[in-house]
Parts: sequence; structure tokens; C-alpha cells
Amino acid sequence: MTTDLSIPLAVAVTGAGGSGAITAGAILLEAVAAAGLYGLLRRSVGPQIRGGESAALLRFGPRPVHCAGDRCDLLAALDWANHDRFADEIPLDAASLVLADPAGGELPAAVRASGARIIEIGFAAAAAGPGAGHANMVAVGAVGALAGLPLPALLDGAARLLGGKGEAVVTAASFGIRAGFELANPAAALRPAAPLPIQLSPRWRLTGNEAAGLGALRAGVRFVAAYPITPASEMLEWLAPRLERLGGALLQAEDELASVNMIIGSAFGGVPALTATSGPGLSLMLEGIGLAVASETPIVVVNVMRGGPSTGIPTKSEQSDLNAALYGLHGDAPHLVLAALDIADCAHTTAWAVRLAWRLQTAAIVLSDQALGQSRAVCEPLADSSGAEPAARLPAAAGTGPYHRYADTADGVSPMSIPGEPGLAYTADGLEHGASGAPSSRAADHLAQLDKRLRKLADFDFGPDWADIDGAGAENAALCLVTFGSCRGVVVEAAARLRSSGLAVTTVALRLLLPLQRDALHAAIGTAAVLVVEQSHGAQLFRYLNAERALPAAARSLARPGPLALTPAEVVAAATAALADGAPA
Amino acid sequence: MTQTADPAAPHRDAIPSLRAKDYKSDIKPVWCPGCGHFGVLAALTKTLAYLDIAPEQAAVVSGIGCSSRLPAYLSGYGFHGVHGRALPVASGLKAARPDLTVIAAGGDGDGFSIGGNHFLHACRRNQDLTYIVMDNEVYGMTKGQASPTTPPDWAKSKLTPHGTGMPRFKPAAIALAAGAGFVARGFAGDPNGLTELLAAAIQHPGFAFVHVLSPCRTYRPEQQDWKTEVHPCVLGPAHDIAHAAELLQRDDGLALGILYEQRFPVYADGVSADAAGRLADIEAELCR
Repeated sequence: MTTDLSIPLAVAVTGAGGSGAITAGAILLEAVAAAGLYGLLRRSVGPQIRGGESAALLRFGPRPVHCAGDRCDLLAALDWANHDRFADEIPLDAASLVLADPAGGELPAAVRASGARIIEIGFAAAAAGPGAGHANMVAVGAVGALAGLPLPALLDGAARLLGGKGEAVVTAASFGIRAGFELANPAAALRPAAPLPIQLSPRWRLTGNEAAGLGALRAGVRFVAAYPITPASEMLEWLAPRLERLGGALLQAEDELASVNMIIGSAFGGVPALTATSGPGLSLMLEGIGLAVASETPIVVVNVMRGGPSTGIPTKSEQSDLNAALYGLHGDAPHLVLAALDIADCAHTTAWAVRLAWRLQTAAIVLSDQALGQSRAVCEPLADSSGAEPAARLPAAAGTGPYHRYADTADGVSPMSIPGEPGLAYTADGLEHGASGAPSSRAADHLAQLDKRLRKLADFDFGPDWADIDGAGAENAALCLVTFGSCRGVVVEAAARLRSSGLAVTTVALRLLLPLQRDALHAAIGTAAVLVVEQSHGAQLFRYLNAERALPAAARSLARPGPLALTPAEVVAAATAALADGAPA
Repeated sequence: MTQTADPAAPHRDAIPSLRAKDYKSDIKPVWCPGCGHFGVLAALTKTLAYLDIAPEQAAVVSGIGCSSRLPAYLSGYGFHGVHGRALPVASGLKAARPDLTVIAAGGDGDGFSIGGNHFLHACRRNQDLTYIVMDNEVYGMTKGQASPTTPPDWAKSKLTPHGTGMPRFKPAAIALAAGAGFVARGFAGDPNGLTELLAAAIQHPGFAFVHVLSPCRTYRPEQQDWKTEVHPCVLGPAHDIAHAAELLQRDDGLALGILYEQRFPVYADGVSADAAGRLADIEAELCR
């Protein structure tokens, strides 16, 4: 039995698509919450709706969990169908425990070869008793017993998740869970049963897609245009009924070309608007994003990244849309690119992006990814920034002279009128224009407007939110791990391990990628050796930071594509190699 | 529903009666002398004056092309976006601001080729929008290429020296098939008749499509003959879709008037000030 209870426990439930593995994982996460613990539930599914493969990957413990672990402690296989498709996402070793249904097919060779301890439990047979349960619920009970989740928490979790489906469903689930709990041999338990908390402090249970939706609502978004795409659709589905409750509206568009232009129309009308998409949709939206930049119409596009290029791997995570977000627009088009750092931070970063887009009258792309968007966490609630107001424009006032929508002001931001306001009418234009908005191809107008649109962003004080910085501080650090987006979780966990071995480590997780806060990044790095960590094949962040001369010459890169999550051990190994490799320490 | 974007926005106390010229801006059009689009601009300003719509309460949205320059020539609010996307911008604006009169405008290439998908779905979505397509059967701004409505044997474009060989896009019939409830055809050379059609279109509850024959003097000089060829649609307007389909099957493309009018439920989902819900309740649900 693992003695250090602070180390998160990694549990997987797998089965054919439709076997209920994902539901089992969701109930276990609810049980984690009921036991007063923190958890992260990732899902790995194939492209098929039914009959493919599905895995619920849960990691939980007494402290917040933000990334996948190095290994799997406990696997419950409802069956072995298509196990090879995700076997490498569930690393087993001699210390792992595998619960296998003898009726679920032959044990895969790779599982046998791992040396993991195999315990046979007849999930399906136990479910077939008088209560008519389901095999996946028996697995919930057995996993819970061996992972130290108390039976009342498991039953509470099932009631919470399935309560909406009626009493009979909850009763059947409870039967299965009890049966599984009793089948598990207490001597094999990996953890002692966690004591039930006397009082539960309020915690969020939400996905990154839901958190991003919440951030949008907090910042005043009241119009959303939506075209479905994996893995962003849930954000739009979460928003649809909630926008309605708040007097907002969601319009399903015919394609992504339409959705980005619809939100431009809304913002032109003065109503903060947003859309969400993934790589292929982002490609289609780029022309519209450029229009928002040129016409100075504030919009926000949340891009939930998946494996690319082209259709790529729609159901699995990668950070490879960074280049498209940074460089995809034609012409010189200064805009904002932000990245959410964890599930709860999807709310903060999205809200910040909406407020910035309105403050600076430009387009913002928020990068999330499948690992944030479709994973569900039990985490601390994250309050909206203190005193934060809904997104607002710099209003225009009718004066004596004609109104100049694109007036060349000191900070580059011009007062913005909206339809309905008399004396302030103008035509917004994607054609280059003069201060009034009238189209112009004159060199002086082009230069003045290019300068103005750049100055808005270059001179703005973004404050401390540009990055999440943790650790030794620039004067003391021997190593600085630089990352962005969802890789913050794995980098922070790796840094903690490196520190426990005596190394002074700083982590810098970039939330604002464009405009790059280069001076602040220099200051945060100091004289430390640098390792840039990201989940792409092309080392997109590393190349970007180098192009911007933001890194010391000896900086190293750890860039690996999806779909496998980066692990803390991988980051520790790369950091150790980078230091040993002669980088200045 | 009233607009909620900015309660502090100034309001016009009383709308004075305005004349057509009050709806024109002081920007000189880029159009060639004799271009049909001047007639559409004149008809639209007359229409807005006739309907007594304050300039700031109307927004005209366009894409790219000669005709899409229209918004800047008006004194109200306008949005000159990218090629083919006038309708999505108009849809988003109308959903966000149901209080506004929203008009999308553009040409045949913009609306039927690059923007063809949006045309289909705007017809069936049936928001309360007006869509004016100034059809001259040619790409003018890029100097004379065949558009979807160009006859198949028109061989004067360097791009298609043997003609397109493709049957023409039939805007009115396609609008009907896609679910539009108001389909009309006007002629730029008949500003009074066009004004009546535009007024009816704006007043129609739901999506209203006005197909305007608007001659291109430069690349399609033969269209000057349209003024003797157009004729009233004696059999219209149809109020029954089967009747309308039959009428449009026999249509020579030059019949003017309301071709089809039928009231369908208007897509009314939009931003509203009178919501009962509170964000705090949504936040609380996340903690359960």
C-alpha cells in the first residue's frame, strides 16, 4: 500500500464505447468530491459514437490535481475490446493493480507483460443479480473500495450524477456499487478508506469548456454564434440555455465563416459576443478575425485545440494551433492571443480576453485544448477578478464636428459609437480607411491606421496576469521552465519534484502570448537555464519565443505532439538532461 | 424587445421628417457613370425617408464588390465586411439588436457565389432582415469575370473565353426553395417601382429578398436593353408555394414585382433586456 497519501492516485476505467466506462469515471469523480478530495477526470474516446473505445482516466488526492500522472495505479477493464488503441495512455507497471472481468475476453499480452497484479472480478456476473445493476457500477464499487473511497461517498456520487434519471436508475446503480465494494478484497487496497469530511467546503465540479462559458458570461457576453466541432461543442451547449436565462441569445450558424461574422455583427451593435471552435474552424475564421482587427470590432474566439493538421485527431489534445493563432492572419494585424492555464483558469482567461477585446477594440483568440475543455475537475471555485465589470467600450459623444470612428488618439483606442446613437453614425470597414472610416488607399492613412492598431496593444499595461509565475525567483533560480496553456499543470508538478531534490526552479506559464510581454519574461527568467515545455511536434512556442529574442541562446525545448499527455517524469527527465547538457546553471 | 447594449446611449426625442437626401453621405461613389447601383442607392434613401426610419436606427451591411460599397454612401450606420459574409454580419447584428432595421446588400458574386451558403440559410432562418442583391451578372470590381448569374455562352471574360457552359443560378427560385417568405424583383432603372418593393420588403416580418437587376455599363453594355425588356409580373405575387414554383419555372428573369409573399414564423431569438435569470444562480449551480 502506498504510504504517502499526498501523492495522487491514478485510476482508469476502460471498455468498449457505450459500456459505461465514462459514466463510471464521472461517478468516481463525484465520490472524490463527496470525500472532500480534489480530482481530475480526463477522457479518452475514439471517433465512434458507439462500439469504439472509451477510457475514463481519474487522478485524485488531497491537493488539487492539474495533470496526468506518470503511471496508472489501478485499472478496471470492463472488457478488453480495442484496449490496444489506448493502452499507451494507461501505463501499467509491476506496482499497478488490474481488475479484469474473466468474461471480458483474453488478457492483452501488453497488460500481462507489464507485470501488473491481476485480480479477476466478474463485473457483469455480479451485476446480473436480483437488483439488475450494470457492470460499470460494479466496477465503481470495486475501484472505490481499493482506492480508498468510502462507500457512502460512492453512493452519494451515483445519486448526484444519476439522480436526474429517476429513482430506479439510482437504486440499480447502488446495488451494483455495493456488490462491487463487497467483492473487492480489502487486503488488496491501495489506499485506506478516506475519512468522510464533517463539512464539505464548496468546490467546483466542471470542465474547462464549462469554465470558459462561465468566463464569457461573467465578462458580459450575451451573444454567441455556434457551429459544432469536437472538442469545443460542449462549451456552446453549456452556454445555450444559460444565455437564454440571462437575456442573451445563441444562434447556430451554417458554418464557421458565418459564426465569426455573426459575432462581428453583434459586437458592432454593442453586444459582447463570442464563438468557440477548434483547429479546422479556426482556419475558416481567420479572415473574419482579420476583419475584426481592421474594423476595430471586439470579438473573442475560444479555440479548443485538438490534434492537427487538417481533421487530425478530433477527440484528443494537442497545442499545435499556436502558430495559426499567432501568425494566421494576412496583413499586419495586431491582435490578442491568450491561453488558459487550467480548468478553472478557463473562466478567468476567457473573461479577461473579453474585457481586453473591448478595452482595446480588437480580436482575441483564447487557446484552450481538449485536455482542459473535456476534462472535469473537482477544484477550488475561482471568483471573478475583484471589481471586474462587464466588458465595455469607450463610448463616443456627439460633438460639433463630424464623428471620426477611427480617430488617431494617443493610446490608439478611439471612441466607439453603436447603431441607435444619433449624430455618431459611421461605416465600419475592412478596407483601409482614414479617421472617418471612409475607404482610403493613401500611404499616410495606411501608416497612421497600422500604427494606431499596433500602438493600442503595444503600449497597453496588461498587468501581472500575463503569466503565472511560481518558484525560486529570478535571482535564485538555476532552472526556469517556460510553458503555456494546459502544460502548466505538468510543469508545476515536475517543478515540485525537482525542488524536492534540491534544485531552485521557477515556472513561467504564459497566459498572454500576443502581444508577448518580452521584458517581463526576460526578468522572470533572469540567469536561469531555460527549458520550454509544450505539446506540439513543431516546437511552436520555442520557435516563437526565439523569434522574439525572448530566450537565452542556450534555452532547450521539450516539445512532443499529442495525443499522449506530457507526464511529470518526462519533464523532470528533460530538465535534468538540459542542466547536465552544459546549459548555464 | 428593446436594445440592451447601452442604456446610457442618447435617444432621439422626436424623429423629424427627413428627406431622401438626408440619408446620403457626402462620400462620392466609386461607381462608373451610368451604373445601375446609383438607382438602387436613390431608391433605398427614398424608402428610408418614406418609412420615416431615423438614419441611426438603420444599419446597412455589405460584403465586397462594386455594389457592396453602398453603406458608405448612406448617412446611417454601416458595416462593409469581407467578401460573401454580409448576411452573417447582418444576422448577428439583428440577433443582438432586434430594435434596428437591418439591411444586407451586395452583388451577385458576393451573394450567390462566395456567399451562397449564407444565402440559403438566411432564407430558411427567417430573421427579420432585408437582403438586396444588385445583380449585373458580372464581377465588376475584378474587371469583368462571369458570375453565377452570367449566361453560359457569355464569352467576353478572359477567365472563361468559351463561356462558363454552366446553367445560370436562379436567385428567386432558389430563395423560394430555401424557405424565403418574401421574394421580389426590381429594376435599378425604375427607382419608384424599386422604392415600393424595398418598402414592402422592409415591412415584411421575416427575411425579405429583393433581387435587383442593376446594369453594368462597363462590362455588360448590352444590359442597357433591360429598360425595354423588363415587364411587370402579371401573375404575381403568389401566396402559395406551389403557385410560386410554377410561376418561377416560367420566369424569364425580367418580370418585376413581388413574386412570392408568405408569412412564416419569424426567428425571434435575440438579446433581450427582460431576462429573469441571474448569473449568481448559474455560479451556484457549479458548486452544487
